[in-house]
Amino acid sequence: MTATPTINSDSASARQADVSNEIRAIESAYQRSGVEETQPRLDYAPYRSSVLRHPTKDLHHADPEGIELWTPCFGERDVHPLESDLTIQHAGAPIGERIVVTGRIVDGDGRPVRRQLVEIWQANAGGRYIHKRDQHPSPIDPNFTGVGRCLTDDDGNYRFTTIKPGPYPWKNHHNAWRPAHIHFSLFGTEFTQRMITQMYFPGDPLFALDPIYQSITDQKARDRLVATYDHDVTTHEWATGYRWDIVLTGSSRTPVDEGAEH
Amino acid sequence: MSTLLTATPGQTVGPFYGYALPFDRCDELVPPGSPGAIQFHGIVTDGEGNPVPDALLEIWQADADGGIPSATGSLRRDGWTFTGWGRAATDDAGHYSFSTVLPGSSTTGSAPFILVTVFARGLLNRLFTRAYPPGDQLANDPLLNSLPAHRRQTLIATQDATGLRFDIKLQAGDDETVFLSYPGHRP
Repeated sequence: MTATPTINSDSASARQADVSNEIRAIESAYQRSGVEETQPRLDYAPYRSSVLRHPTKDLHHADPEGIELWTPCFGERDVHPLESDLTIQHAGAPIGERIVVTGRIVDGDGRPVRRQLVEIWQANAGGRYIHKRDQHPSPIDPNFTGVGRCLTDDDGNYRFTTIKPGPYPWKNHHNAWRPAHIHFSLFGTEFTQRMITQMYFPGDPLFALDPIYQSITDQKARDRLVATYDHDVTTHEWATGYRWDIVLTGSSRTPVDEGAEH
Repeated sequence: MSTLLTATPGQTVGPFYGYALPFDRCDELVPPGSPGAIQFHGIVTDGEGNPVPDALLEIWQADADGGIPSATGSLRRDGWTFTGWGRAATDDAGHYSFSTVLPGSSTTGSAPFILVTVFARGLLNRLFTRAYPPGDQLANDPLLNSLPAHRRQTLIATQDATGLRFDIKLQAGDDETVFLSYPGHRP
């Protein structure tokens, strides 16, 4: 072997090839098992930080009761409509590719999640977060914080204007890079539907190499995190558009309960 | 029942939520020190017993009378409105803390609990658990009774000088906190 790259003292020792082999081994075992998975595994060693942070016992089944069947209410008091535009939070316009990300949020029965809070956060166009623990040598954009909020409309639609985030390096293993993504925090019509996830962009060359994305072992399930380019969302001489629809887990409340709210 | 749609997968909250998700007074469901206020707090630890300094917890609970909160305003706290929901990040010692009230029972005879959701770097999907205040009704609680005695203890908060202490052990063999799945959830 020649030309071993210099490994910084803060880099993990594994190489991408080692991590990629682990990812492939887990995925082939999954494919042989024939049992469909739809969510990430909690125990997924290629993502090194998960090793000591996943429960070792199976999740315990609970029939939701009381507070679990309800969800916090957010309203105009909580979120200003301009918070959905991440490009107007500072004196100037941020650097990067202006995009609109929009979609519809439904529960597992296909019912729209109405007037509910959606929070997003992301890196800037250079892949840099405004966070003291992100110190990689890519510039902070003084015109971009990367945090937005909105409420869904009466049909469950959300819409953000932002900048396409860049990929960024992390320290899971040597030369590890995350595919570009936007973090989404979502509430449903009952608290059992609460979830946080990441939206990715179509065709990212880093998908196969990324242990967080690959912790979802099923390709169909992984595809559910990837937005679609939508020219009908793209606006003339202003922004390109992406659509990403979200399905939360099934709710236990009946449609009668739902109707009673209105 | 209609065929369920398949849910969008979760992903880890990652390391960089700190400038995005916490907000002013996010951990104060009621102002600290107000009448009836308790501290609901504890330490989050990993599989080696080390504190987890980059976890984010949310609680959602009934009010002191067992009422389900329906007021808006969690993100812009006015100090008077009980919205039932709050958020707290752990500190460098893995400690989290909320100021809230003891939840009342929502259904006659059932044991009240605080619903707790855990997010963390290294945790690929959120975890749900219940924190039960100690009390006589616990003996009849269906969920607690479905657990072996040593596991049941992990869901029962302990009284301390300021309120309730509820430690969360993400990975600890038999002492590991019981985490929950609900009917709509799939692996």
